[in-house]
This record gives sequence, C-alpha cells and structure tokens, in this order.
Amino acid sequence: MNLALSDEQVFLREAARGALSRFKTLQAAREALDGNENALPDLWPTAREAGWPGLLIDEANGGAGLDAFDAMLVLGECGRVLAGIPLLGHLPATAILGDAPNAVEMLGDLATGERRAAYLPAQPPSELEQRWSADPASGAARVPLASVGAPGQDGRATVTGNFAFVPDAPGADTLVGVALREGQPVGVAIEADAPGVSIEPTRRYDATRSLGHVTLENAPALVLDAPEESLVAAWYLAQALIAAESLGSVETALDVSVAYAKERFTFGRAIGSYQAVKHALTEVLRQLENGRSLLYYAGWARNGGPGEFALAASAARSVGGRALDEAARTMISVHGGIGATWEHDAPLYFRRAQLSRRLLGGTGQATDRVAGELIAQAA
Amino acid sequence: MDLDDTPEQAAYRAQVHSWLDEHRGEAPILHGPGALEDEDEIVAARRVWQGKLAEGGLAGVTWPKEYGGQGLGPIEQVICNQEIARAKVPGILDAIGVGMLGPTIIAHGSEEQKSRYLGPMLHGDEVWCQLFSEPAAGSDLAAVQTRARQQDDGTWRLSGQKVWTTNAQFASYGLLLARTDADVPKHKGLTMFVVPMDAAGVTVRGLRQISGEAEFNEVFFDDVALEEGAVVGGVGNGWGTGLTTLMFERVTIGLGSEGMGYSSTRFAGAIAADEHARRDPEVRHRLGEIASELLAVRFTGYRTLTALQKGQIPGPEAGLAKVTIVSGAIKAGDLIADVIGPDALSEDSEWAYMISFLPGLKSAGGTEEILKNTVGERVLGLPPEPRLDKGIPFSELRSKEGAAA
Repeated sequence: MNLALSDEQVFLREAARGALSRFKTLQAAREALDGNENALPDLWPTAREAGWPGLLIDEANGGAGLDAFDAMLVLGECGRVLAGIPLLGHLPATAILGDAPNAVEMLGDLATGERRAAYLPAQPPSELEQRWSADPASGAARVPLASVGAPGQDGRATVTGNFAFVPDAPGADTLVGVALREGQPVGVAIEADAPGVSIEPTRRYDATRSLGHVTLENAPALVLDAPEESLVAAWYLAQALIAAESLGSVETALDVSVAYAKERFTFGRAIGSYQAVKHALTEVLRQLENGRSLLYYAGWARNGGPGEFALAASAARSVGGRALDEAARTMISVHGGIGATWEHDAPLYFRRAQLSRRLLGGTGQATDRVAGELIAQAA
Repeated sequence: MDLDDTPEQAAYRAQVHSWLDEHRGEAPILHGPGALEDEDEIVAARRVWQGKLAEGGLAGVTWPKEYGGQGLGPIEQVICNQEIARAKVPGILDAIGVGMLGPTIIAHGSEEQKSRYLGPMLHGDEVWCQLFSEPAAGSDLAAVQTRARQQDDGTWRLSGQKVWTTNAQFASYGLLLARTDADVPKHKGLTMFVVPMDAAGVTVRGLRQISGEAEFNEVFFDDVALEEGAVVGGVGNGWGTGLTTLMFERVTIGLGSEGMGYSSTRFAGAIAADEHARRDPEVRHRLGEIASELLAVRFTGYRTLTALQKGQIPGPEAGLAKVTIVSGAIKAGDLIADVIGPDALSEDSEWAYMISFLPGLKSAGGTEEILKNTVGERVLGLPPEPRLDKGIPFSELRSKEGAAA
C-alpha cells in the first residue's frame, strides 16, 4: 500500500509552484476580463522550460515519460493561480498520439513544445447517450461525433464535424481527436492550418480559459492507428486533468478564506470562531479531501487498474466540480460584500468554477458516468 | 503509487487466510440459513469464537506480545479485518474492549490490572463496556456528573448514570469515567475506574432506538462500592486516561469504515436491480453523487493506511470521512426508498434498518457539529469559540449554567 507522493512528485509540484509564482496571473485574469487580453502572460515558454508539454510522451520520443498523476499535479498548480497554460488540450492529445505508431514522428516537436496540440473532446457512449458525442455549442442535446472517410494509400482521409468549446484550440498547431468511420471510432490528427479547418475563439466568462469552436469540413487528417481503448481513455484523462485543476483552485480559495476568517473580527472575535463560518470552511475541506482521494484513485487506475479509470476519473470530475463551486461560493460569503466585488480575487475563482463545470461534457455527464459504471458492474 | 501488499504483508495475509480457511466451520452463523436466533446463544457462540480467534492470533493483533497479542501494527490489523470480512465469518464480539479499553489499560493500568483483566478480555471470557457518555455529557465528555467519593478506608462509592453503552447487558466489566472532585475545573476532577457489572447497585436497561431494537443501554449506579484498586491511571487523571481511549476509538473507526457496509457497490446494486430506475437520469445523478463521495472515502482510507505505514498518526481530518460516510449512506437510503417504495421500509428489509439506524449514527463518537469544530480548529487552524467553562470549578459551572438557562 502506497498512496502518497514520491519525492520526485513533491519536487515536480514544488517546481511548478515556484515557476508559476513568477507571474501575476490573477491580476492578468482581471485585466483580461476588462478587455485587455494582452495582459495574460504567455506561459508556454515556462511550460516548455519545465518540460510539461512532454510529460506524457515517452523518453524515447523526447518526453519525460511520466504518468497521468504527475500531469494532474502540474494541472493542480495551474489551478491554484488560475494560470492559463494550454496543457488541458495538449496532454490528452499527446496521450492519443503516443499510442499511435504511425504518429511517432509528430511526438518530438510536441514533447519540446515547439509545436502544440489540442484534444478534440469526444465522449464515449454510455447507457443514456448510446453513441460517441461531442459537446454542443449551446443547449442540452449532445452532438453526433465527426465522421471520417476511408483513408487513402497515404493513410490520410478527410474529416467533417463540429467540436464546440475545445480547450486550448486557439493557436494550436495540431488537433487530435476521434471521428467515426462507419460507426467505429478512429483517431485523427489534423493540422490546424489545413484547408477546411476553422477555429473560432470564443468569448469567455473566465478569461484565463482559452476555448475555441472547431469546424472541420472535409479537413485532411492523418488516420491514427491508436487502439480504441486509447481514444476512450483520452476522454477520461481530460476529466481527471480538469478535476485536478479544479481542486488546485479549491486549495487557494480555501487558504484565502481561512486566512481572512482568522483576521476579520466581528462582535469582538474572529469570524472563523463562529460555527457557521467554521463549518462552511470545514465543508470545503471535506470536499477537497474527497477530491484529492479520487485523484489518487484516478492516478492509480490509469496504469494499475485501467478497467476502473472511467469510474475513477469521472468520480474525481464530479466531486472536483462540486468542490470548486462550493469553495468559490464560500470564498465570497466568508469575505462578505467585498468578496463579490471586481477588485477581489474571489470572483475570478467563481468565474473559473462556473465555466469549468460546463466544459468537457460538464460535471453532470461525469456524475451520470459514475452511476453508469457502477450499475454496469452490479449487473 | 500502488495498492499492493509488501512481501511481509502478503505473507501475513496468507497466514491469516489459511487459519480462517481451516477454522471457518467453527464460526457461529449469524445470517442466512441455519443462523442462530436466540440473543443469549449468539453472545455465547461469539464469545467462544473470539477465544478461537485469539488463540489463532486474529484478536489483539496490535496488542504487545506479553499481554497475549501479536505485537503487530495497524496495517496488519486492517489486513486481518479484511480477511475476516472476506471469509464471511464474524469478527470478535468485544471490539470495544479489545480495540479501545484494553489498549487504555495497557497504557495506564497497574501491573495487577493488566494481569487480571487483559487475558480474559482478549479471549472473550469477560466482555467489557465503555461507561463514558451520560445524558448531559456526550461531545462535552468532561462534563460527566457520575460521582465517585472516596471513603475513609480508601474504597469508593459510585452514583450516577451512563448511556449509549454497547454490550452492557452481558458485560463483566466496564471502564468508567467519574467525577471525583467537583471543586476544580471540570477536566481536572475526573478519575477512571474499573467497575464490575455484577456489583450491587448496578442496573442495566436496554435503550430502544428508531428501529425498535435496543443497540445500546442505559446503566444506573446506585451507591456502588468499588475497591481502592479500581482506579486506572491515578486519581484526578481521568481526562488524560480517557483521551487515550478516544484516540484508539478514532483509529478503530477509521480503520473499520469499509466494514460499516455503506459502499457505493452495494447501493448501486440496489438501483441496478430495478430496470426502470437504472435508466432514470435523476436516479442516476443522485446515485452518481453519492457513489463518488463513498468511493473517495475508500481511497481516503488507503491514504490513512499509507500514513500509518510510514509511522504517522492520522489526524482529526480522518473524522471528515465519517461525515461523508454517514451523509452518503443517509442519501443512499433515501434514494433507494424512493426507488423501491414503501417496501423498502418493511420490517424485513435491509434498508429499513439502515434508514432507521443512520440518524443516530450522525452523533455516534461525538456529534457531527463538534467533529466539524475540531477539524476546523485543529486542521484549518481557525480560532475556537469562546468558552464559558475554562478555569471554573465544576461545582460553580453547574450553577452558572443554571443561571444562564
């Protein structure tokens, strides 16, 4: 039994925290909301320097050959300071490519970060949504997944379909995802500057989150020989990563709220001494600890119990999303009126919480997946 | 990161497994066909079985060898619990004695007390009960009013009432926290005693709960005579002695959480059995939220085990897992009753018992409210609420409370 961080993992986390502390990410997030998008620092060079783009690419192809759990640690640090680093899109894309022997040549530049990939989110079928689907641009109905034609001699084919709110799509060099050929999922890699590809950056409630609507119209694609398990696992990897990122944000929201509850006095005593405040903060801690435990579960399952990865990652996403909402709302209420003002950081975490919970299928889909996996196990 | 046993742990697991394999047939049957029904027979059979477990080294795993234990660590205790659960045989009858009270006597008791009490306790020959809580002293345990007065010959006279006492109806002894000095602040005037449950003046009454069953007892003490040697850990040191018991209680509850039977798999099974409910989005959403949190607790348990394995002591944040388990199980009971309908509440339903049992469990081992205070103060470092009982003699405190009411 060993469910603790290794020395290397502690170092990875501390190094990430140190690297990100050099930027005023929260101030930049506020300025960007005010219309100055240029205020957002370009953190990709920092990510490259730290080796994060190649985290999940094996060493033979220039990466660090680390695990999903290591990637989750880095995303957690990004979440703590609301750093907009395009890893949520890049890492699941590299995981698919790493499983595709015919994409091996692409890995070197993606590992160094010379080139950047974005994952086109594709949700595997479930009992209630019995087909592969993509996130809709609006509304509750999920969108049928893109289709891909028969590949030619060169292994290339054309893809047609829509993917809404694709994390980190704007500015990506390569789009990697799943499309259907005669109903069967196949991996595809598409150059972002190819004909038939359009990436429309979206206006965002949380300015630190880069998103784009991707439209593919007979866009030329390399058909990947990645196995179907890899295409399924990429979805859950993305779930685990956004869960880790959310829980990082919860850590900061809780730390800041606790610090304020110790120093703010009313009726002659610190507000943190009142049960109403103390219990609200303890509830955030409870949800945070539950989320952390599920990150361990997902990190373990990715390699140690692949059959449970869908369950573990979905549970982490479900709990992580709810925890972030709770933490952000508590952060605002503990601070009183000031917590709801533009100058305070609390609204930035609140905005992060509201948008994050609706991306990548939304926490609702993840919660349903937990039930679906357990019901299937019980049958 | 792994969930595997070390080679040493695997060897220990195999040893426990093979003992259980060999002796499974001797275990009393408590559920299903051929199950014992008479309460007295069940207790008698479980005492005998505890003796066998002790002989086999499956009871008192963490007790020092000199007191009949195995001298092993909490991980081995967990492995032993897991294997007993897997073998579908009952564990020891006196989990409170062996898990909490015995270790307290080992830590604070006299040599005479250790040699007299520990052996029969471990083997189930003498069952023990914990006489701490009172009608007006639960989460605020130091407010106990049961009074022990020392006589001129050094013996003691005990009067008062205890409550929530598991196993009191067949216990031989109880470990009792009493007030011996009311003229000092409340934590200072307490003393721990060993009380023979068959002493004159001891009355045990079953306390029925929502389910209709009496899981607990009330125990009354009417001028009960205790020997001078009944004191455990010294006169006036009862609070410190009691804290040792409570620390072992926390470890016992923390390590036994999976054994409470409130697992995501069990609840999902109940939903999966209903063809309509398993496809109902609202039911699935509720199940998904409940199950996610209960799955988390399983891995919180593994994190606790990892800490124990590294020689660290789990902190009060482990208590938050209890909040999650109880609230998750309450929501699950509610969901399952919504799905099954009134049949879920019929006498012979496994869910009716669970639904009735859980509201009380919220307060077991200290109320949820106090638990959240403790975590908020010890883990988050939030300031404590102002207290009105600090530094005030207990006798004055009572009158002050009366005046405030």
